[in-house]
Amino acid sequence: MTPASRPAGPTTSRTTSGSLTSEQRTADGTTTDRGGPGTAVSGAVGPAGGQGRRTRTPDALPAVGRGRRRAATWLMVGLGVALLVLTVLSGMTGQVPVSPAEVLGSLMHHMGLDIGPMPSHPQGENTLWVVRFPRVVLAIVVGAALACSGALMQGVFGNPLAEPGVIGVSAGAAVGACAVIVTAGSLVSGTWVAAAAFLGGLITTFVVYALSRSGGRTEVVTLVLTGIAVNAFAGGLLAFFTFVADPAAREQIVFWQLGSLGGATWGSVAVVAPIAIVGVTGAMLLRRQMDLLSLGERAAHHLGVDVERLRQIVIVLVALLVSAGVAFTGIIAFVGLVVPHLVRMVCGPSHRWLIPASTLGGAVVLLLADLVSRSLVANVELPLGMITSLVGGPFFFYLLRRTRSRQGGWA
Amino acid sequence: MTRDMVDPESRHEGSSFWSSLRTAVTGRRRSSRLPAVPTPGTVVTEARGAVLSLDGTPVLRDVSVTVRAGEVRALLGPNGAGKSSLLGALTGDLPLDGGSVLVDDAPLRSWSPTELAMRRAVLMQQIHLSFPFTSLDVVQMGRAPWRGTPLEEADDQVVAESLAATDVSHLAGRHFPSLSGGEKARVALARVLAQRTGLLMLDEPTAALDLKHQELVLQIARRHAEAGGAVVVVVHDLGLASAYADQVTLLSGGRVVADGPPREVLTAELLSEVYDYPVEVVEHPGGGSPIILPARSLASR
Repeated sequence: MTPASRPAGPTTSRTTSGSLTSEQRTADGTTTDRGGPGTAVSGAVGPAGGQGRRTRTPDALPAVGRGRRRAATWLMVGLGVALLVLTVLSGMTGQVPVSPAEVLGSLMHHMGLDIGPMPSHPQGENTLWVVRFPRVVLAIVVGAALACSGALMQGVFGNPLAEPGVIGVSAGAAVGACAVIVTAGSLVSGTWVAAAAFLGGLITTFVVYALSRSGGRTEVVTLVLTGIAVNAFAGGLLAFFTFVADPAAREQIVFWQLGSLGGATWGSVAVVAPIAIVGVTGAMLLRRQMDLLSLGERAAHHLGVDVERLRQIVIVLVALLVSAGVAFTGIIAFVGLVVPHLVRMVCGPSHRWLIPASTLGGAVVLLLADLVSRSLVANVELPLGMITSLVGGPFFFYLLRRTRSRQGGWA
Repeated sequence: MTRDMVDPESRHEGSSFWSSLRTAVTGRRRSSRLPAVPTPGTVVTEARGAVLSLDGTPVLRDVSVTVRAGEVRALLGPNGAGKSSLLGALTGDLPLDGGSVLVDDAPLRSWSPTELAMRRAVLMQQIHLSFPFTSLDVVQMGRAPWRGTPLEEADDQVVAESLAATDVSHLAGRHFPSLSGGEKARVALARVLAQRTGLLMLDEPTAALDLKHQELVLQIARRHAEAGGAVVVVVHDLGLASAYADQVTLLSGGRVVADGPPREVLTAELLSEVYDYPVEVVEHPGGGSPIILPARSLASR
């Protein structure tokens, strides 16, 4: 907020406009001097007696946006704190006991700071850095990637139900990955699995996008039905791969469809994290344009958005993020749907907040889900995808009901 | 700040992925050709021999129309005459099958989307919003083309003025989808005004509005033209057109039937023929613009 935009009263307002360009003074309706190039002609805006109006309106403006900005800031701070707390909790949870202080101490030591106690259990340090922390980081990266891709997808489809799991992009990515596992054997390098997942995700996103749109937007019914068809087809391919695979690969495919962070290693983090970082960075750069896109494609074009190119970039980003979310963890549904919706409830639909808050929120949600899957039943690890689906399914239903009662359903 | 800051050489970030990336990485900004101030009477945009078919049905057959700075041009004609198609051709939404569209004397396609957005703002008939933004958010979106230019400084003020101009300041905090049809139309118009372009293209801006706001909208168009801007407006109300337009283009069956000042074009004879319904044009007793209305007594006979 520049000082010029918040005049304290009539006097300040007048001095402010005195310091503006000639065009802006024209915009004010106070002068007709339009010697320099610019937009000009805007003096037409507003009632003829522009003098009194000018002092009245600019004050009223920023108040509306401010509440949301504050909500968004608090949300980001809250999510950041939650992420930290959950990281420590995840470090503590498991068969080898480690106290919260020891978790933090170990983290500090690895950052070169000699603060706090080291794990007292002989296997503590090892457990933390070989088993738990890779898993925590993978959960954060995958959750962030899934939620960010959900937010992007909803934006580009102009449809609040778009989600990688719902419309079949996750399944498409899984098909790509499974094809590699089956043809190259279960010991194939993670990079190839991730690359195949990306390719599968990219193709599926393109297909869904091409099939489900008409007249510049996607209707909910069409989108969901397209999702059913794509999921069914991908399911068929996955069944085929399960059928032809050798037992080791078969086990891997089954694990895939459940969705799990069980196989997390620093190696998988090293493959997935860069992909996710590229995807999230790209999404952050598109925030403003995504807002404009919600006016519809033509209106976005009228506002200077190169819609065609934006769409292509978003589809590639979505495929990147989904492949990052799927490559080592399998299909984890509904994170990309639930998180952006929750964020919108708190700080409104603007992608300026939606993208970063969803990214952070997705990390928190998946870390929490993983913690629950590990600690709900003692010494048993429940499949992560099961947890997210059990929570996400009813939430999806709730969204349907809520929208129906508020706006008479989706068009 | 001085006037020179808005010279055509000034760098402008635009709003595309690559320019955002370039700006983020190098700190440099892409340069856009900023619009010059049009002198009244210069051609802002024109269609030359526009030919267009939609789904095999010809909707424009050799249509030429010129829009000059300082004038309000109304596009009139019965349903399906090609008014909105012509507007779509002028905005570039509908690629032509033949003929050409010029903007500031250069072919439409030679301008980048951002450069076009600095020159013309478009109000569409169908107003669509995917997510529940507030009215303020929507109007602020109108400032998008000016991001990265010195004019960005005035954003808040322009937005406030645009809200006031269309009488929707009190709706700023409301969610757009919760507004009535007329309120939505006015907020959408505020967004178009916030774009602060020389050329306004309005497709039936008065369709959902009450009497007062219909007048308000055309007064805004009128003032925009008087300040040196240009307006193309599709209206159905012939009375509004005759009162506020400098030039009218009467379309029928995808062709221009007549083009000129309202008093010359809007005659009872021509209108009756084009609308296939008897129309009366009556001089206003108070000396205002002519009253145009269907000749109901004739039709029932």
